[in-house]
Amino acid sequence: MDLSAINPVLLLASLMVAATPIILAAIGELVVERAGVLNLGVEGMMITGAVCGFVAGVASGSPLLGFVAAALGGAAVSLLFGFLTQFLLSDQVPTGLALTLFCLGLSALIGQSYIGVKGPEVADIHIPLLADIPWLGPILFQHDAMVYVGLALVGAVWWFLHRSRAGLVLRAVGENHDAAHALGYHVVRVRLVAIMFGGACAGLGGGYLSLVRVPQWTEGMTAGIGWIALAIVVFASWRPGRVVMGAYLFGGVTVLQLNLQAAGVPVRVEYLSMAPYLATILVLVLLSRNRSARAPGALGRVFHASR
Amino acid sequence: MTLKSLLMGATIAAGMASGAMAEGDPIKVGFVYVGPVGDGGWTYEHNQGRLAVEEHFGDAVETVFVESVPEGPDAERVMTQMALEGADLIFTTSFGYMDPTINVAARFPDVKFEHATGYKTADNVSVYNARFYEGRAVQGLIAGSITESNIVGYIGSYPIPEVIQGINSAFIHARQVNPDVEFKIVWAYTWFDPAKEAEAASVLIEQGADVILQHTDSTAPQAAAQAAGGIYTFGQASDMAEFAPMPRVSSIIDNWAPYYIARTQAVIDGTWATSNTWDGIAQGMVGIGEITDAVPAEVKAAAEALRDSIAAGDYHPFTGPLNRQDGSVWLAEGEVADDGTLAGLNFYVEGIVGSIPQ
Repeated sequence: MDLSAINPVLLLASLMVAATPIILAAIGELVVERAGVLNLGVEGMMITGAVCGFVAGVASGSPLLGFVAAALGGAAVSLLFGFLTQFLLSDQVPTGLALTLFCLGLSALIGQSYIGVKGPEVADIHIPLLADIPWLGPILFQHDAMVYVGLALVGAVWWFLHRSRAGLVLRAVGENHDAAHALGYHVVRVRLVAIMFGGACAGLGGGYLSLVRVPQWTEGMTAGIGWIALAIVVFASWRPGRVVMGAYLFGGVTVLQLNLQAAGVPVRVEYLSMAPYLATILVLVLLSRNRSARAPGALGRVFHASR
Repeated sequence: MTLKSLLMGATIAAGMASGAMAEGDPIKVGFVYVGPVGDGGWTYEHNQGRLAVEEHFGDAVETVFVESVPEGPDAERVMTQMALEGADLIFTTSFGYMDPTINVAARFPDVKFEHATGYKTADNVSVYNARFYEGRAVQGLIAGSITESNIVGYIGSYPIPEVIQGINSAFIHARQVNPDVEFKIVWAYTWFDPAKEAEAASVLIEQGADVILQHTDSTAPQAAAQAAGGIYTFGQASDMAEFAPMPRVSSIIDNWAPYYIARTQAVIDGTWATSNTWDGIAQGMVGIGEITDAVPAEVKAAAEALRDSIAAGDYHPFTGPLNRQDGSVWLAEGEVADDGTLAGLNFYVEGIVGSIPQ
């Protein structure tokens, strides 16, 4: 056992990178669920974003265009879900699951000729002055732009939900769609926009995987991260701040357990492997114990104006 | 009413017709894969084998496959479905399919099953595997020679004999050329999870490893090593040549095609019998990918000499004197490990730090 081999600065820095795709996907799903829609297709939208982002990134050589394509790809397939659930009034749970299955196949098809291709390089941003602070600099201020985009997005979502009129409308739609409808708000339109936002965020998360974190395209490369993001939204009691915490916790313990293994800590690997899941669930459950951690009132319910 | 009975009659007639045609039907061969065919590694190579079967037999053989099948109850369901749909021969291509294969085979005595990398056989279940540890010996020699930090990172999948053979073999041959070399081993507990594999590679690099060996199926560790720069890797299961000449400096290539063709032929001829195949470099089931110029010429020559002597049968990678991790004697001077011990290998050799998860 050699704990000195673990460099805490590198550990914390890679924690921020590991958590970013989860944050992106989860914050999008949070908005969707606050609007009363349960979209279980996060994994599918992520993988679509991963492949669209990678293909566009390779074709154009620009990671920025890659991320734009990733967001558009995720939003496009989420519209499919939106059309089925909002206009054809299909049940949201099976539709979301079907979306994931469909997207896994679709992405494999799109990405067929991109296996083993090298993607465009994504540069780390060294924020002037801040990046030179010892310890904190490398941990916080020497990442690629998407790490900060993810965090900024969380802040924006918090502000939108709690400080803006549009956010109030969105929450009203999610709590009680009949009342919102009676007040004259366009429930379906609000939900469609929320679904597209969720799709775009999940797409960005997927794009982050294929363009930055792995970085390459492989079939099925999201390997369950979408499901983790879904779970974190619930355990975070639908609150943006806790989503970040949950994602950091999960990403952090994942990186930590690999570090402990490599350092030869004599703990059984099975325990280390389950640690990220256990720690995340435990902390978020404890946090939501006292306050009313209630799901949005209309979550998962089908809305039709005639009723 | 009339239409319904008409349709029913047609269905029955069609059913009888297809039954009568069974004699001339092509042989149906099924493949169950643990990852996607586009993983660029393990499953990719099995699928190449399947395509080779199709090409070799043409219309005489029909193949089907199901990819990304989890090891467990799902695998049993997929195999049952294949058998019900008329497969004559089913290849199940991951260690974790062992018990599902045995279970399903018991219910379909007329269907032949072939399980890769396992050890349980039955009247209609054969096992086949490649002596990957022969390739690992070559990798170990190269790794031990080129490492400057004297730390070699190893990404393990599951602590099963096949993986432990690889770790031991690589370590023994790395130590032979470099007595100071250390192995850092991380268990990913997955065959295929690119994000996790990349993470594992990054962690090993952060902890000082400058050579990464992987026993997982995706090319993600290669990409991670490429991003880190100055790190050496080896292609696993497939050549992964798109990462050559750096970071990928060589590879182990699984070549299943000849075996798949031979076994399919045996089913066609009616000569199929339970067998236990374990082939290596000599038979061509394990190939060593081209050693790139990133490796010094003398190291390359030594690696090729090792490969050739294993192929010629002059040298066995597990030749004594070798001690177990606890220092007790495993193989005496000149003694060679027998296949039975290797197939159930569950201990590290002396010098490896850490314990195998049980």
